[in-house]
Amino acid sequence: MDKTTTEVTYEKVKIIVANTEFEVPSNLTIMKAFEYLGWRLDRGVGCRGGFCGACSTIYRLKGDHKLYTGLACATKVEDGMIVAQIPISPANKKLYDIESLKAVPNTMLEFYPEIARCISCNTCTKACPMDIEVMDYVQAALRGDIALAATLSFDCIMCGLCATRCPAEITQFNVGVLARRLYGRYIQPEYKQMTKRVKEIEKGKYDAELEKLMKTDKKGLAKLYAERVREKA
Amino acid sequence: MTEKIAYYPGCTAKSYAKYMDLTAREVMKKFDIELVELTRWTCCGTFFGLAEDNLTSQLAPMRNMIRTREDGFTDLTTTCSMCYNTLKRANILIQNDEEKASRLNAFMYEEEDYEGDVRVWHLLELLLEKVDIAGIAKKIVNPLKGLKVAPYYGCTLLRPKEVTIDKNPEKPTILSDLIFALGAEAVETPYMTECCGSYLTVKDKHLVADRTNRIIGSAARREADLLVVSCPLCQFNLDRRQKEARELNSALPEIPVVYFTQLMALALGVDVKELGFHEHYVDPTPVLRKRKLLGTPMKVPVKVKK
Repeated sequence: MDKTTTEVTYEKVKIIVANTEFEVPSNLTIMKAFEYLGWRLDRGVGCRGGFCGACSTIYRLKGDHKLYTGLACATKVEDGMIVAQIPISPANKKLYDIESLKAVPNTMLEFYPEIARCISCNTCTKACPMDIEVMDYVQAALRGDIALAATLSFDCIMCGLCATRCPAEITQFNVGVLARRLYGRYIQPEYKQMTKRVKEIEKGKYDAELEKLMKTDKKGLAKLYAERVREKA
Repeated sequence: MTEKIAYYPGCTAKSYAKYMDLTAREVMKKFDIELVELTRWTCCGTFFGLAEDNLTSQLAPMRNMIRTREDGFTDLTTTCSMCYNTLKRANILIQNDEEKASRLNAFMYEEEDYEGDVRVWHLLELLLEKVDIAGIAKKIVNPLKGLKVAPYYGCTLLRPKEVTIDKNPEKPTILSDLIFALGAEAVETPYMTECCGSYLTVKDKHLVADRTNRIIGSAARREADLLVVSCPLCQFNLDRRQKEARELNSALPEIPVVYFTQLMALALGVDVKELGFHEHYVDPTPVLRKRKLLGTPMKVPVKVKK
């Protein structure tokens, strides 16, 4: 063995997957434990960094009545854990042309009338692996506060765990998407510099320069890069 | 010094009844009371759940009490009669039923326990308690002289008796007192405490149109210029459903329906453009103009404290 590495052995824990008990090292995430067991993951796996929301997982712990939710890539295994992955979350997803919508209270209710069924039980918030105040943004959508719904739901990774736990059968994450789209298209203040720059690009202000760059060889590009104007620190 | 009080606007006050919300804030400012909107709030529950064994309907109102405590308040006020009724009744349940309160607290384990220590006020109640009728009358700069106003209470301000804002729910006078304080004349009708038809407006608008016909007709027979309400649903039914009511009774005259906060704001000198009259089905401006109440408010000397 290489002298520069030290082998650390972790104690094993038992996890239960599909009614079968397996032994895995205790330092692994649920996802790594599955791979440790030799399974190739085709579904319910994505970025492995807690950002894509593909690996939503539900589990129970020994002696605990609660049904826990989490991302397989960001949740450590525990002894006695009973695990099930949710490959997809069947969602109520509405199609709309954002250009034909209006940022008015009724738009939220028109596409997702079920938000009016929210009983403020907060189960969605408890299920969220991103610690988003899900119930608060559904409630904001219900009262037509699109800006608040958009802001509160911003960190959503669309894992769908809220929707699987909701007793009112709301598809929270798609409600959030609609709120953010309406906010982006109609409510958010215009970023004037960007509008100006887009116009400049459309008028071809940078065309000549780009053309020149496209014709420059690798050596020339390296030289340009080395001599580029830097912002003063 | 400005007194601060926790304020629960309610969903409708944030959308279709936004001028009830805006005028309420303006009106209270005139009396040195700031309505501080709860930092976080949910639906009030819409109506009080009567099923003894279904506590889920109490989660929404109770959560708003928890938010009130979180924001450091012990008093919560709202302008919407419906929200008031739901919040107040849920609060009474929590205060009087220890077993249900503990079950609700257990369900909401992620929140601080709530012990029922918030007092729920309807804004009218709060005005009478903190400012009183004489105090209101003192601040009037645009007395609504010659205006005949029919008070309309509906159900949720008065029933059940545990939550009534008037000592006498069978024959309330709070709104009439307010109307007189604003310099107008109150025209009471036998329908003022009847139901407007409430949510049936969604399922059977003609049933509501029938109620609207009776309520508006009764006010018209007493020559009322407008109706004053405190509930967005009553406002909607009595205002919008006049269209369907006129199909039942073509002789029904148009009578505008306004919130008490709008009427107060008008009398307190708030610019008429900020009252939201343009959002009404029956526009109140013609009758107000006829009574010469839309002119520039009289200038009053501003008292400067030395």
